[in-house]
Amino acid sequence: MSDFARIIKKRKREDFIFNIIGIICTLIGIVTLGALIVDLVMDGLPRLNWQFLTSYPSRFADKAGILSAWVGTLLIMMVTTVIAVPLGVAAGIYLEEYARRNWLTNLIEINIANLAGVPSIIYGLMALGLLVYQLNLGQSVLTGGLTLSFLILPIVIVATREALRTIPQGIREAALALGSTNWQVVRYHLLPYSTGGILTGVIIALSRAIGETAPLVTIGALTFIAFLPPSPIQSEPPYISFDWLWSPFSVLPIQMFNWVSRPDREFAVNAAGAGLALITVTLALNAAAIYLRYRMRKRITW
Amino acid sequence: MDPAIERTKSSEFWDSEQLTRIKERIIESLLFLAAFFSIIITLGIFGTLVYESLTFFSHVSLIEFLTDTLWTPLFYPPRFGILPLVTGTLVTTAIALAVALPIGSVVAIYLSEFAPRVVRESLKPILELLSAIPTVVYGYFALLFVAPLLQKFIPELPTFNMLSAGIVMGIMIIPYVSSLSEDAMRAVPMSLRESAYALGANKIITAIKVVYPAALSGIIASYILAVSRALGETMIVAIAAGMQPNLTIDPREPAATITAFIVQVSLGDLPHGSIGYQSIFAAGLTLFLMTLIFNVIGFYLRKKYREAY
Repeated sequence: MSDFARIIKKRKREDFIFNIIGIICTLIGIVTLGALIVDLVMDGLPRLNWQFLTSYPSRFADKAGILSAWVGTLLIMMVTTVIAVPLGVAAGIYLEEYARRNWLTNLIEINIANLAGVPSIIYGLMALGLLVYQLNLGQSVLTGGLTLSFLILPIVIVATREALRTIPQGIREAALALGSTNWQVVRYHLLPYSTGGILTGVIIALSRAIGETAPLVTIGALTFIAFLPPSPIQSEPPYISFDWLWSPFSVLPIQMFNWVSRPDREFAVNAAGAGLALITVTLALNAAAIYLRYRMRKRITW
Repeated sequence: MDPAIERTKSSEFWDSEQLTRIKERIIESLLFLAAFFSIIITLGIFGTLVYESLTFFSHVSLIEFLTDTLWTPLFYPPRFGILPLVTGTLVTTAIALAVALPIGSVVAIYLSEFAPRVVRESLKPILELLSAIPTVVYGYFALLFVAPLLQKFIPELPTFNMLSAGIVMGIMIIPYVSSLSEDAMRAVPMSLRESAYALGANKIITAIKVVYPAALSGIIASYILAVSRALGETMIVAIAAGMQPNLTIDPREPAATITAFIVQVSLGDLPHGSIGYQSIFAAGLTLFLMTLIFNVIGFYLRKKYREAY
C-alpha cells in the first residue's frame, strides 16, 4: 500500500513539474514580446513627435521623418483592400456555397492551401517579373497594392469560408424553401450573418500586409523618397485623380529597414520610431480583431 | 379580366424569371472566376520563376550552380554556386526550428492539457500577437537587442550572426506551432484520455503517449508550416544575419540566406535582363522548390499518421 501511495505521489510530482515547464515556455514567448515592445518604446518614443510624422527622410538623422512612408503605406493598403476583399470574399462564397465536388474544385482548394505557404518574397519576384516588366505597371503604388492583395488573398478566402461554415444549414434551407435563389440566400442571409467573421479575417490579413517588407523591396519600392504621390482629390474638375496609382512609393517597414541597416547608429533611433508607429497600427488592428471575435462569440446563438 | 392583359402579365412574369436565371448564372460565373484567380496567381508565380531562370541557366550550367562553392554574381569574375546561400538558409532555419518546435510543442501540450480554461483563452491571443509583429521589427530586435545580449555570453560573436537571427525567428514562429498543435490536440476525443486515466496514467503520460500521437497529423502540419515560414523568412535574416554569402554551418558566423540575397540585389538598381537580375529568380526558384519539397514530405507524413475517430 505504501508503494502505491509512493507511485501516486511520483505521478503527481511529474504533472506538477511539467506544469512549471509549460508555464516557463509560455512565458518565454510572452516575455520576448514584452521585451521587444519595451525596447522599441524606450528607443523610439522620444522620436515619435509631430516633426517626425510630417518630415521627409533626410541625410540628417534628427531631421528625417516618415511622412512619405506612412502616406505610401496608407495608399498601398487602400489598393490592397479594394482588390483583395471583394476577390477573396467572392472566392470564399463560391467554394463554400456554389462549388460542386469535382477535380477543379479540389485543385482550387489544394492550390489555395499551397499559396498560403509560399514565402512572401516569392510573390515579390512574381510581381517584379510579371507586373513590373511584362505588364509594364512599373514600380508603382498599383503594383505594390496588387502584390500584397495576392499575398493576403488566401487568408481572406479561408476566413470567409470559415465564417460561412458556422452558419447552420437550416438557414439556407429555410430561405430556399421560401423561393429564394442561391444569390438571394447569399446576399440577404449568409453575408449579413458572416460579416463579423469575414471582417475579423480581413483585419488580420491587412495587419499582415501592413508589415510586409520583402515583396515590396523586391518589386523595387524606393527607400528614399522626398515627395508625395499626387493627391487623389483635386481642386479642379473632375476632382478625383488616379495618378497616384502610378507613382513610386515607399512604405513604413521599408523606411524602417533602410534606417536599421545603416551603419550609422543615429538612424537606429529613427528606425525605432518608425517601428513603434508600425507596431502601434498592427497591434491596434489585431486588438480590434480579437475584440470582434470575442463579441461575436457572445452575441451569436443559433 | 381581358385575356390580352392576362397574357402580357404572364409573359412579363416569364421574362423576369428568365432574367433572374440569367442573373444567377452571371453571378455564379463571376464568383467562380474569383476562385479560379488563385490558380492564375500560382501559374504566374511558377511561370515567372521558370521563365527568368531558364535564361539564367542558358548562361550558367546547372552543375556549376549546384556544386560551385562561391556565390558572387555581382563581382568580376562572377561565380554562381548556390551552396553558400542554401547553407545560410538551412542553418538559420535549423536554429529557428530548434527554438520553435520544442517550445511550441510544450506550450501546446500545456495549453491544451494542463492550463485552466481562463488561462488558455487569455494566453492564446497574446501568444498569437507574436506572429502579428512585422518581421522588420523583429530584425531590429535581433540586431540591436538580442545580438548585444548574446555577445555578453559569447564575446567573440560578431554583430551580424546567424544565431541571433535564428533565435528571434524561432520565437516568432512559436505561435504557428503552438496554436495549430493545440487545436489538433483538443480535437482528440475525451474518451481516449479517460481510458488512459483509467489505466492509471497521469496527465503528462496521457499527453505524451496518447494525445500527442493521436493528434500527430495536425501537429506535423504545424511543424511543416513552421519550416515554410523559417525557410522563406526574409527581413530578420537580411537585417541581423548579414548580407555576405558564406559557406559555413557555424551559427556564430554571419551568412546570407537566399532571401537576404534577393533583398540585397533588389535594393541596388540592377538593369532588367542582366545576369544579376536573372540570378534572383534562379535563387527564388531554389527557395520555392525547397519549400515545396518540405511540403510534399509533410503531406505524406500527415497522410501516414492520420487518425480518424
